[in-house]
Amino acid sequence: MDLTHSPADEAFRAEARAWLDAHVPAEPLPSLETEEGFAAHRAWEAELAADRWSVVSWPTAYGGRESGLVRWLIFEEEYYAAGAPGRVGQNGINLLAPTLFDHGTEEQRARVLPPMATGEVVWAQAWSESEAGSDLASLRSRAVRTDGGWRLSGQKTWSSRAAFADRAFGLFRSEPDTPKPHQGLTYLMFDLRAPGVTVRPIGRLDGKPAFAELFLDEVYVPDEDVIGEPGQGWRVAMSTAGNERGLTLRSPGRFLASADRLAALWRERGRDPFTRDRVADAVIGARAYQLFTYAGASRFLDGEPIGPESSLNKVFWSEYDIALHETALDLLGEEGELADDGGWAEGWVFSLAGPIYAGTNEIQRDIIAERLLGLPKGRR
Amino acid sequence: MRFLLDDEQRAFAHSLDALLTAADTPSVVRSWSAGDHTAGRALWSRIADAGVFALAVPEAYEGVGPLPVELAVAFVELGRHAVPGPLVETVAAAALLTEPGLAKRFLPGLASGEAIATVALDGSYALDGDAATVLLAVDGDGDGNGNGGGDGELRLAHGHGPVRTSMDPARRLTRLEAGGEVLATSVTAGQALVRARLATAAQALGVGLALLDRTVAYVRQRSQFGVPVGSFQAVKHRLADAKIALEFARPLLFGAALSMDPADVAAAKVTACEAAYRTARTALQLHGAIGYTAEYDLSLWLTKARALRTAWGTPSECRELVLSGSARGGSALSGGVLRCS
Repeated sequence: MDLTHSPADEAFRAEARAWLDAHVPAEPLPSLETEEGFAAHRAWEAELAADRWSVVSWPTAYGGRESGLVRWLIFEEEYYAAGAPGRVGQNGINLLAPTLFDHGTEEQRARVLPPMATGEVVWAQAWSESEAGSDLASLRSRAVRTDGGWRLSGQKTWSSRAAFADRAFGLFRSEPDTPKPHQGLTYLMFDLRAPGVTVRPIGRLDGKPAFAELFLDEVYVPDEDVIGEPGQGWRVAMSTAGNERGLTLRSPGRFLASADRLAALWRERGRDPFTRDRVADAVIGARAYQLFTYAGASRFLDGEPIGPESSLNKVFWSEYDIALHETALDLLGEEGELADDGGWAEGWVFSLAGPIYAGTNEIQRDIIAERLLGLPKGRR
Repeated sequence: MRFLLDDEQRAFAHSLDALLTAADTPSVVRSWSAGDHTAGRALWSRIADAGVFALAVPEAYEGVGPLPVELAVAFVELGRHAVPGPLVETVAAAALLTEPGLAKRFLPGLASGEAIATVALDGSYALDGDAATVLLAVDGDGDGNGNGGGDGELRLAHGHGPVRTSMDPARRLTRLEAGGEVLATSVTAGQALVRARLATAAQALGVGLALLDRTVAYVRQRSQFGVPVGSFQAVKHRLADAKIALEFARPLLFGAALSMDPADVAAAKVTACEAAYRTARTALQLHGAIGYTAEYDLSLWLTKARALRTAWGTPSECRELVLSGSARGGSALSGGVLRCS
């Protein structure tokens, strides 16, 4: 067992830290969930990409540094410790890119990944439908064969950042009468500004248009934008859940930085005795999450698949994030109620979505119980 | 960076698990609880022969330690099998007996298992004083924060008061008698406290893992309404939460064993003990009435999970230490080990 990093990894850390010190904006950018903030965050992605810091783990051909998982973790620790902005490109980088690495063609990777890395093209996901949430495989939006491609019709919803994003990826039913619902689905990428697409922004809890509903009416998509084989979309979408994506959806660096900020706030507020235990738990939880991730990364580097263990991860960080923000708001008292300057209040609103998206925590607990503990399947 | 047990450490855990499984620990626990230490002492010898106590003793005194990671590995197994006795206290004692004369006199016996130690800090209860052969008292340095002042008096007591009943019947609590032989006059209990907390954290994690395993096995076979109760979501989700709590305590334990920083160890202690206790509550609820009986073996782990939470530092003391550590800025808890080394 060894928790020390190699001198080369520490040199990488120092390089990242120096770059961030010189580039991270002194003032926080406007909220990512507003038009103005979205544009500012897109410009930040370009600044990151100009010096190859936007996607450090990717191959150099697509704008990365081929850093490997450990240096990605180190970069994330430095990134959030430096107070750097949220990542507007994260849906594409965390969800679509791993799918393209595993199932895309060389042509697709060369075409899609470089502009994703620079923020020139920001991606939204298009999974959920009004009648297909946790039961995603029951989705009904259609992809119908046409000359040289497909026509997409139907409705997608809860599409994060789609109000301002450029393109989207998701699953569509390409074969209507299959024996099982997860058969006959195709994974497609499409343009949110294509003819036939209507984007209706939805205000989240605080009114900011953080997600949107998508209405698709005979939207043309060329064959080159199908990922994997038509009809195999479910397998394509799910297979990447078992790789390092399970480790990288939320980096420990983010929570270590938040816990440090909370502990600093607690000390500023005279070491309030009533929130002391919760502050300690936030500090401990960030460390636990970091070490859990290091253990997972070590197994991954040994060649073990991550698999259903990523469900432990997801429930932990999503509940941790809410508890951390609640503690900060309680410490702040009436000031905590103020929501017009970003900060803890906006973070709290964002954290509340965590147990719902990326597979609800109820679904994750089912996975833990059935696939890690071996309990029998039952009715949901 | 490779944060995984190596093959040798895994094999050590596996061999201890096999040894303890074959030892039928529940019957050993029950006789120990009744004050009959015969089977417990025999088991103690086998655990010593497997090298567990030697991990806490330096090579110069017939040990192989200190090896905190291996010690944590061993104590997870001891907890998993609910092994009775002053296991943690014997590890703590080894850290008190560092002065060469004392080390030479006591440590070989602790390493070989011929001696069994218990420890009272500033008048606290000494676990299993009736079974221990080395009764150590530290007076004047039990400030509870792992940063002992270095001016405590270490005393070898010659006897103990009446045995008090613990909520965990296998833990027999005694007060050490005043007087006896003064062994040293300027000891610090800090290192003993850190090692005791690490071992307790590991033991608690093992207790929690055993409770989870037994409960999973139970709800798979227990049938109601014509189906295994483990197919119900309300049951599954409680067990999933127990699994999450235990799996996030585990890396804290081994991270603490690597750094042996008092704040890291305190974090591991409070987290492992709370995870084990939470799992105990779930285990009891999901077993139903049978779990609430003394005769059913689950009780051996249920009661221990509660007792360990406050042994060698309450949750509140541990959290206090975590925050004082993070205020220093150099603690591993604020990322020091990973960021700065």
